[in-house]
Parts: sequence; structure tokens; C-alpha cells
Amino acid sequence: MLKNKSLAYPYLVWMAIFIAAPLLIVVYFAFTTAEGKFTLNNLTGIAPYTAVFARSLLLAGAATIICLVMAYPVSYFLSRMRANKQHIMLMLVMLPMWMNFLLRTYAWMTLLEKNGIINKILGFFGIGPLQMINTAGAVILGMVYNYLPYMILPLYTAMVKIDDSLIEAAQDLGAGTWRTLTRVLIPMSAPGIATGITMVFVPSVSTFIISRMLGGGGNMLIGDLIELQFLGNSLNYNVGSAMSLLLMVVVLLCMSLTNTMGDEDVEGVI
Amino acid sequence: MKSRHWKALQKAYLCIIFSFFYLPIAVMAAFSFNQSKSRTVFTGFTFKWYLDLFRNQRILDALWLSLGLALAAATVATVVGTMAAIGINAMRKTPRAIINNISYLPVVNPEIITGVSLMLLFVVGKQGLTALNGWLEQSGLGLRVPEDIFGLPTLLIAHVTFCLPYVIFNVSPKLRQMDIRLYEAALDLGCNPRQAFFKVVLPEIMPAVLSAFLISLTYSIDDFIISYFSSGNMQTLPISIYSMTRRKVSPEVYALSTVMFLVILSIILFTNAMDSRQYKKEQKGGGRG
Amino acid sequence: MKKLVCMFLCALVLCSSAVPVFAAEEEMLVQVSEDYDWTRFADDNITLNVYNWGQYIADGTEGSIDVIKEFEKLTGIKVAYLNYDTNESLYAKMSSGGADFDVIVPSDYMIGKMAREGMLAPLNYDNIPNAKGVGEQYRHQTYDPDDLYSVPYTWGVVGIVYNTTMVEEEVTSWDIMWDPYYTGEILMFNNSRDAFAIAAKKLGMSLNPQTIEEVERIAQELKDQKMVVQAYVMDEIFDKMGGGEAAIAPYYAGDAITMIADNPDLAFAIPEEGTNYFVDAMCIPATSKKKEAAEMFINFMCEPEVAAENCNFIGYSTPITAVWEQLDDEIKYSPIAYPDAEVLANTESFSVLPDEINQAMDQQWSMMKSYNEGGSGWMILVFMAAAVSLNIFVLWRKYYKRKRENY
Repeated sequence: MLKNKSLAYPYLVWMAIFIAAPLLIVVYFAFTTAEGKFTLNNLTGIAPYTAVFARSLLLAGAATIICLVMAYPVSYFLSRMRANKQHIMLMLVMLPMWMNFLLRTYAWMTLLEKNGIINKILGFFGIGPLQMINTAGAVILGMVYNYLPYMILPLYTAMVKIDDSLIEAAQDLGAGTWRTLTRVLIPMSAPGIATGITMVFVPSVSTFIISRMLGGGGNMLIGDLIELQFLGNSLNYNVGSAMSLLLMVVVLLCMSLTNTMGDEDVEGVI
Repeated sequence: MKSRHWKALQKAYLCIIFSFFYLPIAVMAAFSFNQSKSRTVFTGFTFKWYLDLFRNQRILDALWLSLGLALAAATVATVVGTMAAIGINAMRKTPRAIINNISYLPVVNPEIITGVSLMLLFVVGKQGLTALNGWLEQSGLGLRVPEDIFGLPTLLIAHVTFCLPYVIFNVSPKLRQMDIRLYEAALDLGCNPRQAFFKVVLPEIMPAVLSAFLISLTYSIDDFIISYFSSGNMQTLPISIYSMTRRKVSPEVYALSTVMFLVILSIILFTNAMDSRQYKKEQKGGGRG
Repeated sequence: MKKLVCMFLCALVLCSSAVPVFAAEEEMLVQVSEDYDWTRFADDNITLNVYNWGQYIADGTEGSIDVIKEFEKLTGIKVAYLNYDTNESLYAKMSSGGADFDVIVPSDYMIGKMAREGMLAPLNYDNIPNAKGVGEQYRHQTYDPDDLYSVPYTWGVVGIVYNTTMVEEEVTSWDIMWDPYYTGEILMFNNSRDAFAIAAKKLGMSLNPQTIEEVERIAQELKDQKMVVQAYVMDEIFDKMGGGEAAIAPYYAGDAITMIADNPDLAFAIPEEGTNYFVDAMCIPATSKKKEAAEMFINFMCEPEVAAENCNFIGYSTPITAVWEQLDDEIKYSPIAYPDAEVLANTESFSVLPDEINQAMDQQWSMMKSYNEGGSGWMILVFMAAAVSLNIFVLWRKYYKRKRENY
């Protein structure tokens, strides 16, 4: 039974039909016209949307960097706590993740409004009202809020493995805080950094909900563009497939970049 | 590094981060009790949004659909995935690597890509089935294949598809860790392979299988993007939440998220209490036998 | 940790199973005509899939009657009710084959387009006797000259909703939606056809462009508008205007009435350049397998009491004469809901456009939405810099590691 390869066959069939075939269909659609003739026009037709791709990469990149900066100390502090306290803190990090992300984003929608609570508080101090919702900043905020736990968890997993004595040894040998950080902590947590970056960057770069709810439709991202081709105004499966293909390439590039960084794969979620 | 200032700084930083996590949720919870629909002024205390929520048939239907779908998808994914993990484990290195890489695709691909690619497959598939039916009709065989695949069938397929990799990647390591000699010993002692599997192997990998099942459940209940592209006219809970957020803002949505938060929180607290009790018991009893 | 989910489920099951207790046998709240066999499908266990605009039916909130529930009570047919927010997304869902709908409510031009593509089923008026109540002026429209496919549900015009506390001047022209003075205070339609119509009217053109050049000309106008627009929205307008989040927004007259009722600071104006006159009508997709039950639903919706309930709740104008007659004078002669003939003469309805014009419009629309006022070159530079620095970091790490291994 344990040596029985045929057990995998149902899955192999499933994989062929529902994982491999759909992607091949995307590729096929990306290179054909509606009539099924070969064309490169779908891909070259993306050119006018370069700004959207650039904006997606930029916003997702910014969100990833902010997440990394915010999460790094959190993970470090967490990993140095007593075991039972660590447990509680991890729960606290994960708890918001269990709520549907639409609801989480929705919370910000009402907070950031012109007459929302944040502006009311700012107004109390005589600032504003500021235009916060429907801006690129709001989109970045939404990404950071939604995906920060995905950065904290892998970082924590990597850092919890770093022995306290290593840090002490570095300090005993005369390394300052900065040198300990750059020479010991960061290199040793690199796999966590790599996983964290991919886990934040990939969903951020492809989101269409966050930009729609917090970006006001004027800050379109690749995800919005693709959605528009499949279920929205534009309805053009061929162009949509070309865009999906491009997005896939972008993501794979990013993955290969981070993969060279983290040597072992750390699976941090749940 | 261990000075008192450092400690205080550390506490303050964690406080800021956690309030960033929880303030929006708290604000929503507070305003779910607000008499008026205003989102800035608290005019009075009421439970009416909660009552509205629990009378909202569409939300309840969506909830049932989501739960049923999640159970079905997780069950199928766990069974097929566990079998696959065993089968893949028995393979040689190269085919194993290829299969693992392809399985990894839905995990690393952005969800929207998985969503649209499945949608395209279903669209093409539906056209194919319609054509097949036309052909069957002509040939006069009196046969028909179902062609209305959009809806439950597509949702189930999509959910199983994105759950499967998680099952495989959860079960495989456990299988590799398992001592193959246990299984061989069972065989030597007169078990047939089936018995050996159910009596020895399965209990050994059960924790991984179970956790794979639960991960699949969570992913399936929570999924919005992939369902969005393949739901046809079905409304799962996330999809109906989405359509709620697209309309007039209603404190019902706040009420819903508060309920969800409380349910999750109480489950976590409860299991934590259970875990620590068990932990203490084991400590007293000298650990796990 | 993972046991949690299981318990989460149990808890959910517990709390939701407690709920259906509320649903008990109730009296009908609306009167319907008695010479129609409403109960002929009662035992067939039918579920009708009704696909309608958001906020477009009396749903039991705010003191209205839940007309779907009434229909279910009356006929024993179950209704699965779903929403879309643009004609185009309705079309996309229908043409993917991903939709098994029985009743849909597209607008005029979309009905024409769907009819042309054979997506609609011809109606059998024997099953919809109430369709006779539809006023003569709403019949035989250009999109469906023989009333073969559609029974009008509502009609209206598009105008400007504005907040009188933020807009001092009198609104008479679409130009105000391009006025830099209101930068960041303007909302715009998030669907191509309505948005193009506004820009076209502003330019004094027809809202049915005939050439690609015209489409491009209008798209340019929309691009110019983008910098003053706060957000592109559809039904989110209710909240944004109601809560004073924006000063000016174009929307449908019926919704404007609802918004003004919620927030008396708001006002509605029909610009003098003319505007769009629209009809939304109920249709049955050609793929529907429950056509007769769907026709029963349409008939129910045309019942004067039901239509009046809808009309009062959603604020849109009714095409059914009997309903109009029983309205309060306030609405009956409201210049918003039932504008006079002079205003109506200055309106134009959407016609079905040739495919290549539609395609050009959609393309221009998504390009306009993705278009950015300058800055994009700068963005690419920033991204490239980020990528390069990331690469340098990776290389540095590799070098560092090699050095460490050499020790």
C-alpha cells in the first residue's frame, strides 16, 4: 500500500485538469484572437496599461517594505519572550487573520472617510480634514493592515530558532547593536524575510478588492484590470489572459529573487 | 540592550502594533450598537442590527452554503490529497519533483490567476459540454451530459483545487518522518497491506491529515477571490459580504464582523484553556506515554 | 490551534440553527389580482434565480414590505435574489455561461444588445396579464420595438446630485463636474456607458457615438476630468453623498430621491445640455428553464400594489399608469421623478452600438481609469531602483555567505 504509486492517480488526473489545463488555457487565450487565430496583439495591447502595472508594483512594494520594517521588531520581541507569553502574543497576531478580509478592509473604509473618526480626531487637534480614503496611501494602508501578519509569522518562525547565546556572543565580542543586527540577526532570519516578502508582495500586487474599496476606482491595480476583462466592463478574455500571464511572470520573477535570498523554505502560516 | 528603557520601548512598540490591529475592529464593534446609521456620532445603544442580521435570510443562506461547501471541499481534498501524498511518496525523485512543483503552482500563484484560469476552464468546458450534447442529440443515443456546471459544481471543484496542495504539503513531511519499518513489521506480523495501512500508517499520520482537513476548511470558508470568478449564481458568505459592502453602508455589516470576531475569540480562548489543562495533566502524569 | 476551526463551525451551526424559528406562516401584506393562478407551481419546488440591480426592490427594510417574501408566500416558489451593479457586469456574467438566471433587469441598450445576440427569450404575455398596465408611452421603445422580450420595470433620467452646503451656485450644466474648484469633491459613474454619456452631453454630442474618433474625443474629456474626481463609484454614492463625503455626483433620478430623503441638504438638477433617459425592464434569459415561473414573477412585479411598494422604496419612476395615479401628489408631479415634457424632450436614450464602437469605448474606459496624470515614468524609475537595490542586497548576502563558509 505504501509503495503503491497508483494512489496518486486520482490526484494526478485532478491536477492535470484543474491546475495544469487552466493555466495552459490562459496561455492559449493570451496568444489568440477571439476567433482562435494566433496573435501577439493581446500582449502588445497591454502597453497603454504600463502605468497600472507600475502602480501595482510600486504600491505592493511599498506595502511590503513597510510590513517588513513594522514586523521585524515585533517578531524579534516576540521570539525573546517567555514561552507562554509568546503563545498568547502569536494568538493576538493571528486573530485578525481569522476574520474575513473583506470585513477588515471595510472597517478602514469607514475610518478613513472625510467625516470619519480619524478625521474627527484630527479635527480636534485642528488638523484637516484630510483626504485619506480614495488615495494611493489608503490602498497601501489596506495592504499593510491585511498582510502584516503574513510578515510577522515567518519572521518569528525564523527568529525563534536563533539562540540567545549567539546574540550575546556577538555582543561579548564587541559588536554593537547595529553590527549584531546586520551580521547576526538579519542573515540568520533571511529565510523568514524571504518568505515574508513573498507572502506579502504576491497578494498585494494582485489584489483588486483593497484598491476598489479604499482606492475609489481611480487607483486601478493589475487585479482590477484583470477583473474588468473577465467580469466587468471590458469583457475580453484574450486581453485578460495576456494580463494574467504578465502578472504571473512578474510574480515568478519576484519569487526567484527572494528564493535566492532564503535558502530553506519556511512555511509560516498556521 | 536589556536596560529598562529598552523594555519600555519594546512594550510601547508592541502596544502600537496591536492597537493598529485591533482598533478598527473595536470601532466597528462599538458602532454595531449605534442607534443611528451614523459612523461618527454615537446616538444610543441598540441590538437591532444584530436582530436584522439574524433575520436576513440571504446572509443565513450564504452561511449555510459556505459551511456545506467547506465541509465537502475539505473532505474531498483531504481524501484525495492524502492518497496522493502516499502515492507521490512512493515515486522516484524526478517524477516526484515535477509533481510537487506543479502542485505548488496554486499556492504561489496569485489567487486572481487561479480564479480566472479556472473560470476560463469552466467557460470552455461548458461550451464543450453543450457541443457534446448537440452531438449526442444528433446521434440519437438519448444521452445527455449535464451542462449547467456553473454554481455548486464549479465552486466545489475550485475549492478542492486550491485546498489540495495544502493537504499534500501537510501530509507528505509526516509520511517521510514515519518509520517505514513499522509498516513492514505489521506486514510481517500477518496484516494485509490494507490492514497495515489503516491500523499502523493512518494513526501515525493522522495529526497531519486532521490539520490538513482543518486548514482546508478555513481556506474554503474564507475564500473570496477564487469563488468570485467561479460562483455562477451561488452566493457564499464572503461573496454576500462583498455585495453588502457595495451597497449602502449598513451597521449590519459591523454586527456581522463583531459576531464573527467574538465566535473566533471564544473558540481560541476555549481551546487554549483546554490545551493548557491537558498540558498540565501531562506534566503531572510524566508526559506523553 | 487547528481544532479551533472545528469548534468555530459548531458554534456557527448552533447560532444559525436557532434562527429559522422566526419564519412562521404569515398573512399576505399585498393584494394581488385574483383571476390569476398564482399557486400552480406551489408543489414543484422551484427556485427562481432573480438577478437585479442593488437597492432595486422593496426588501423589507425601512418600513417597506419585502416583496420577494410576499411572492414566495403567494406562490410557493423560492427566489434566489442576487445583485449586479452595472449592465456590463450582468452581460459578462451572462455571456460566460456562468449564470443560470431566470429574471434579469437590464437597461434599454443592454436589452437591445442581448436581444440581438439571442440571449433573451420572447415573453408569453398570456402569463403576464398585468403587462397591460404599462403606460402607452413606455411601450414599443427602440430597443425592443415589438415588446417581445421586456416588460418595463422603472424609468428615469440621469442628473446631478449635489450638496447645497458645499455647492453655492445653481447647477445647470454638466460643466460643474469638470470644475477644478471642486477637485476631490466630485464622484463619477463607475461604468463606461453612463460616464461616456455625461462627457458626450457636456461636449454637445450624442450619447451614442457613431465613430471611433467620437469615442476618443469623449474619452479625452473623461481623462481631463480624472484629476478632479475623488472616486469612481456606483451604489457607494448613496453613502458618500448622504454622509457629505463629496459635493457633486451624477446619478439616477430615482436614487436621488432616496438620497434627498435621507439627507435634506442634497438637491438634484437636470443639466440643460440634456441627459440620458433610461428604461430598465424585466427580461428572461434564453437559457432559463423555468420560463413560466419567471413570467409569473414578472407578472407579480407588475401588480399595482407590488409596483407601488417598489416605487416608494426605490424612488424610481414607474411605467405602470395605475401605480402613478395612486402616488402622493408630491411625487406624482415631482420634477425629479416625473419631469415635464419639455425636459424629457431634451433627453436621449441609449441605442445599441456596433460592436467595434462598444469595444473602443470599453478599451478607452479602462485606459482612462488606469491613466495617471504624469508621474508614471517616475514610478517606473522608483520601482527599478527598488528592484536593483533588492538585487544588490541578495548579491551582498551571497558574497557574505561565501566569505563565512571560507573561514
